[in-house]
Amino acid sequence: MARAVTASRKALTTAIAGALAFLMFFPILWIVVLSLKTEVDAIRAPWQVLTSGWTFESYGAVQERSDYFKHFWNSVIIAFGSTLLGLVIAVPAAWAMAFVPGKRTKDVLMWMLSTKMLPPVGVLVPIYLLFINIGLLDTRFGLVIVLMLINLPIIIWMLYTYFREIPGEILEAARMDGASLREEVLYVLTPMAIPGMASTVLLNVILAWNEAFWTLNLTASKAAPLTAFIASYSSPEGLFYAKLSAASVMAIAPILIMGWFSQKQLVRGLTFGAVK
Amino acid sequence: MATKASRAAARLMISPAVLLLLGWMIVPLSMTVYFSFLRYNLLMPGDNPFVGWENYKWFVTDPSFSAAMVNTLLLVGGVLLITVIGGILFALLLDQPMWGQGVIRIMVIAPFFVMPTVSGLVWKNMFMNPVNGIFGHLAQAIGMQPIDFFSQIPLLSIIGIVSWQWLPFATLILLTALQSLDQEQLEAAEMDGAGWLSRFWFIMLPHLARAITVVILIQTIFLLSIFAEILVTTNGGPGTATTNLTYLIYVSSLLQYDVGMGSAGGVIAIILANIVAIFLMRMIGKNLDA
Repeated sequence: MARAVTASRKALTTAIAGALAFLMFFPILWIVVLSLKTEVDAIRAPWQVLTSGWTFESYGAVQERSDYFKHFWNSVIIAFGSTLLGLVIAVPAAWAMAFVPGKRTKDVLMWMLSTKMLPPVGVLVPIYLLFINIGLLDTRFGLVIVLMLINLPIIIWMLYTYFREIPGEILEAARMDGASLREEVLYVLTPMAIPGMASTVLLNVILAWNEAFWTLNLTASKAAPLTAFIASYSSPEGLFYAKLSAASVMAIAPILIMGWFSQKQLVRGLTFGAVK
Repeated sequence: MATKASRAAARLMISPAVLLLLGWMIVPLSMTVYFSFLRYNLLMPGDNPFVGWENYKWFVTDPSFSAAMVNTLLLVGGVLLITVIGGILFALLLDQPMWGQGVIRIMVIAPFFVMPTVSGLVWKNMFMNPVNGIFGHLAQAIGMQPIDFFSQIPLLSIIGIVSWQWLPFATLILLTALQSLDQEQLEAAEMDGAGWLSRFWFIMLPHLARAITVVILIQTIFLLSIFAEILVTTNGGPGTATTNLTYLIYVSSLLQYDVGMGSAGGVIAIILANIVAIFLMRMIGKNLDA
């Protein structure tokens, strides 16, 4: 039961929390503002920035000068490709562990999780050399494989926790009503599993989109996703604040929106079920 | 009841995932260990003789190694301190009744979804640049000398940027944990005359203990591998002021092409991460039984 709270106290909490939230959000808000300014206006003092004119020219300039959408497309392919490939491998595994648990299921799950604890830099050298030798360096396919592997434990783990919440009695009931295994999977399990699978996809696309160790080290220019493309702004020539802002806004906007939808799954996915 | 046939099918369904992860773990890992005992530099072609512990000796005695270890410790510890304390305060605040809670929560969480290269560059240029950044403009406006963040307090600046990214994570997890707290317990305590502080100290904090541990362990795993934020802001400098272990290994392997040395560093990083991982795995494992 919610406790009764006076309106004035509620207003005070709202004001404090609102102010702090605004401070946390301000850097994001600010690059949106700067992306709508000219380069000359973008480096002025904040109060001068706000009173200067607005323009969309930076968005056009980013695309023209550096083929922005090539990198955007790379990010899309790498993030979704690795997630979907991971899903194809993870669904059967999570399914089997959730519905036909054996004595060793828990050990297998824990072992899978332990591969996630491997610091990427510990295997940077061999992966880099392997990629050179097989010709996977700076290819989207190579990154899809690597990101699929580093996120596979999370995908399996999340799916497992979702599948386990599907009550076994429903399956029994369907079987008693004469449903075949195919019908059971198609009409009973799948509809119940879809929400969990959707959240899993959402969180893993976010993680893959923002991954910035392998994407920076295994790409040059051809397969570079947005993480690596934005990094190229670290050695700028001339004025670039507005263009950096425009590129950044376009890079984070889609994931910000997806992230807002996945708040709850984030907790479950990133703590491996340790906090629900 | 699982039959023998369904057991066999289950094993078949699990095996692709197990084989892939096994390969992903064993192949590169054994290569790292193997390389770490070779004198192997890509700039010096020829055979790569076995040199025993030489790479480790060089890597560990290099002054940049001790600097990197200290920096790693400060970076991880500093960010943990800020995010855990800040996260608890934020969670307590957001748990209170207020208007527009949804919007406020979304704004607090947003930084977590910003990719590391963007947050590094945005903070470096738009905020911390002494001439054009907001902090510089503000300092000038009140007649102060602007701080040149990345030359005067480079490591602290990076700790700040990384904390901005991870504070939402800590807040979200702790808020989730706080919301599962039994309200009646709090009310009972209040009726028995427990003040706010003692309610926090004796009821909320013990309830949060588990979530706090999880936050610390998971963040540590990720914070040990901080890389992009350093790459786009300071390149590990000035000198080695912001070089952490991950960045040092990157420098020796991909910038100096010293495969042997980089691998030795890699093995050390793996051992360090594993120490943390053991504790984390225990906590998660316990929860799996429940």
